[in-house]
Amino acid sequence: MSGLDPVSGSRGIPPAALVVVRSLPYARVMSDAAPAFDLPALLRGARSGHAVALGAQYVAHGEDWCELALPYDRRLISDLATGVLASGPIVSIMDTAAGLAVALKRGAMETIVTLDLRIDYLRPAHPGRRVHGRCRCYRLTRRIAFVEGTAHDGDPDDPVARMAGSFLFNDGPAPARAA
Amino acid sequence: MSAVRLLPYADFLGIRVVHQDGGSPLLAMSYSEGLIGAPGRLHGGAIAGLLEIAAIAAIDATLEEPDDPRTRFKPINVTVDYMRPGKPVETFARGVVVRVGSRIGSVHVEAWQEDPAKPIAAAQMKLLIAQKAEG
Repeated sequence: MSGLDPVSGSRGIPPAALVVVRSLPYARVMSDAAPAFDLPALLRGARSGHAVALGAQYVAHGEDWCELALPYDRRLISDLATGVLASGPIVSIMDTAAGLAVALKRGAMETIVTLDLRIDYLRPAHPGRRVHGRCRCYRLTRRIAFVEGTAHDGDPDDPVARMAGSFLFNDGPAPARAA
Repeated sequence: MSAVRLLPYADFLGIRVVHQDGGSPLLAMSYSEGLIGAPGRLHGGAIAGLLEIAAIAAIDATLEEPDDPRTRFKPINVTVDYMRPGKPVETFARGVVVRVGSRIGSVHVEAWQEDPAKPIAAAQMKLLIAQKAEG
């Protein structure tokens, strides 16, 4: 499906098939260690779950960031009169892209727990436009990852939302707690 | 309860109004496979979607004319705290209006599953309340 125009929408193609690969090969993206997983292949193989149900598409990634996109879909609007996309699906792609950004920076695909998210909705997305969500993990501690992200609907300099969040990942056994 | 019924996105998530006794409506989101994030857990975005819709429904219920199709709710921002993993079961949410003025509404919302005393997530949401004519 890599020849599919990423902007062209669904036309009855299963959402998982819409995950479009147009990133650089890992060898050029990950300069140091070999990657522990192949993100585009992983996302291409996704057949179920919330991101697939939303029709989320892979766009690109780097060593500490990931960009996904959400094609415009009438099922996801919040207002029948205007056709404006609801804010919830934007949270979903930002949360998904954030988790992937953490996994990329850690170099391992593992369960990443969202602790909190804050999203500022800067303006409504234009009806009909695909919304991109790009998140970057800018700090890792032993257990916690901090992520920032931006969503836009065509022009990265005119964003629709900004996001900040913190995430927990599993890194060995938790310290014992007093009973 | 048009604030919920009119949202195609609420249908997409499988959200319905369980009851509304003059106060904030209680919403429920049926479990479906399309809500799953990590294996066996609800996606954080789906939980956030439920919280946001419950926040809008709570503000709408305080208005002089609830269900008014001319009313527009524009999200300003939301902060979501995730407290427990979301199991693959039905999830409930209800908002408590912190303050509502003529233009801005602020809501605290919690989501839970088996036990309302053990919320899986909570959110603070601010909304702009507008009439259609204001665009």
